Amino acid sequence: MNPSASADATTSALVSRPEHSVDSPLAVHAMTVAYHRKPVLWDVDYDATAASLTAIVGPNGAGKSTFVKACLGLVPRATGTVEFWGQPFRAVRDRVGYMPQRESVDWDFPVSALDVVCMGRYRKVGWFRRVSRAHRMAAMSALERVGMADYASRQISQLSGGQQQRVFLARALTQEAELYFMDEPFAGVDASTERAILEVLREIRDSGRTVICVHHDLLTVAEYFDRVILLNMRVVAAGATSETLTDDNLHRTYGGRLTLLSEASEQLARSGQRQP
Amino acid sequence: MTMQTFLTLDLMPMLSGLLAAVTCGLLGNFLVLRRLSLMGDAISHAVLPGIVLAFLLTASRAPLPVFLGATASGLLTVGLVELIRRVGRVEPGAAMGVVFSVLFALGVFIMARGGAESVDLDPGCVLYGTLETLAWTGPPETLGELFSLQVLGGLPRPIWVQSVTLIVVVIFVVTLFKELGIAAFDAQSAAAQGISPTLMHYLLMSVVAGAAVASFEAVGSILVIAMLICPAATARMLTDRLRSQVIVSAIVAVATGGLGYTLAVFVPLGLGWRFTPSVAGMMTVVAGAFVALSIVFSPTRGMVARKVRTRRLARRVALEDLLARLFRAEEEGAPALASADLSRASRGSHPAGLERAAKSGLVSIEGSLASLTDAGRAAAAAIVRRHRLWEGYLVDRAGLSPDHVHEPAELLEHLSLETELPIPDAGADPHGKPIP
Repeated sequence: MNPSASADATTSALVSRPEHSVDSPLAVHAMTVAYHRKPVLWDVDYDATAASLTAIVGPNGAGKSTFVKACLGLVPRATGTVEFWGQPFRAVRDRVGYMPQRESVDWDFPVSALDVVCMGRYRKVGWFRRVSRAHRMAAMSALERVGMADYASRQISQLSGGQQQRVFLARALTQEAELYFMDEPFAGVDASTERAILEVLREIRDSGRTVICVHHDLLTVAEYFDRVILLNMRVVAAGATSETLTDDNLHRTYGGRLTLLSEASEQLARSGQRQP
Repeated sequence: MTMQTFLTLDLMPMLSGLLAAVTCGLLGNFLVLRRLSLMGDAISHAVLPGIVLAFLLTASRAPLPVFLGATASGLLTVGLVELIRRVGRVEPGAAMGVVFSVLFALGVFIMARGGAESVDLDPGCVLYGTLETLAWTGPPETLGELFSLQVLGGLPRPIWVQSVTLIVVVIFVVTLFKELGIAAFDAQSAAAQGISPTLMHYLLMSVVAGAAVASFEAVGSILVIAMLICPAATARMLTDRLRSQVIVSAIVAVATGGLGYTLAVFVPLGLGWRFTPSVAGMMTVVAGAFVALSIVFSPTRGMVARKVRTRRLARRVALEDLLARLFRAEEEGAPALASADLSRASRGSHPAGLERAAKSGLVSIEGSLASLTDAGRAAAAAIVRRHRLWEGYLVDRAGLSPDHVHEPAELLEHLSLETELPIPDAGADPHGKPIP
């Protein structure tokens, strides 16, 4: 790639919003998402820091999962742009990994732990092709990294919640992405799994890659993450955890639920129901 | 029955039933796993208006327009179901029910108004198909002629249509196996990887619609619906890998077709009955029977297997409790206990428990007294050790008070853990008893 040419092209695209950098793994601009006319995310702006471990924190219904899904195009955006390293998502699918919430799948599905991890390689395998031995080996080493190698051939319903979460993490690892979105990786896991997951996340960060997690446990945010996004329909605050996680910001995120904005959105939703 | 009558009268209906069974059975796996089993039902009813319209427009039973009309109305069904589910925000089952009943009724209405029934299209055929009428008019005289073009050209048309459909379905399932799998298991991460679940949904539904229509004419809608659900449901009970489930479903489908035909035709014939049941109907009954059998007798997930496992566990718990009681009695200086007391007092056990313990050499019974053998003492020590370690753990680590830990430890002692429990801080259990 010719660096000067690409710089020219991106400078012109970024003139109106000089705060976004091409190096940023994720740049969200003026993103609004609505479910059934009720806004869930409103005019969200965010610029991710490369090689960081970032938590998305906020009350229930604040739009944390929706933020992740909207970035990945899994739910439609009403307005706004999302760019990864200055490019749209479809151009960089290979470089972005996603770990959905554990509850989002049917754990009674007839697959083994290794089968699930192999699914992380499907994009590399390509359409119509079978998963080769090399891909299986890669999946197996991801299972080893999360301490689940002994459970590779278990049917997934026979795994505990923590083990299932590790399998999901292994699947994300085997995508070999540079930016990861993880939806509540620590939800409902035992203490030793929590430590193991954190260790893997730190390894990812230390190798220069970026992890953005939806996180529900306010007590551990400061210890686990270097950066934080406080989200409640809008971005209340974002930045280094030490500076951002203040009482004042937390109060604005969790306390002021009935702001003018949420009141307005309630009304919008009600009028939406009356006139379909 | 001679070979010739078998070839002329029986081979084609049997083959047609088998082809339909395997075609629908393979696709059914993905419907059942996506909890869309009813979609097979919906599609196979809702194709009726398409068939009737194509029929009226072309005024013939030419296969191509009928096939296209039916597939189009099958896809219309899928689209309408999706639309009603999203806009009306109702559960998929309700959306499917609404769409297919209305479209089916519409088909019946057009059929009556258009005078279609006068042209050899009647509701009975729609339900049970026309399997029995499939005869092979020019069967080969010798085995060598079987593969000559002339003989194969004489095969009834539905056989050709169904064979091609089966080949298409097999290619579809084999080449898109992993894409169908991930779209069914985890639609979101499939989408994030660029495997659109919507695309997979419509692809699968198109193939289901095509397969249903192709099988429809010969075997009727009831068998199509049954085969889209039953072999997959049976295989689901017997396997826990998608690949083996798909293979087993195909085997079950073949068995269903073969057994169904035998029961409907050969058995009544052999018994000299003058009444022969509907072939498609009998195959459907057999398909249902396989599902029922698999639910009861599946070695891993069946009712019987679960009962056996529970019973075995109950027996082991009773035995361990019995050994632990004898061990504690020994600690208190009583080397034997009355067998009558033992069998009465221990939780969930019965005299047979004591007998079994004696038979496996863990307990020796002399007269009315029971005592531990050396082997029994070793086993009992391990159980009491686990019990007291758990008590210590619950007090030291979980902060329970010493007089509340016996009951939970009584349950926990029966678990076999891979990790060793820590020795309590006090070196003995919370009640001061030594750790064996």
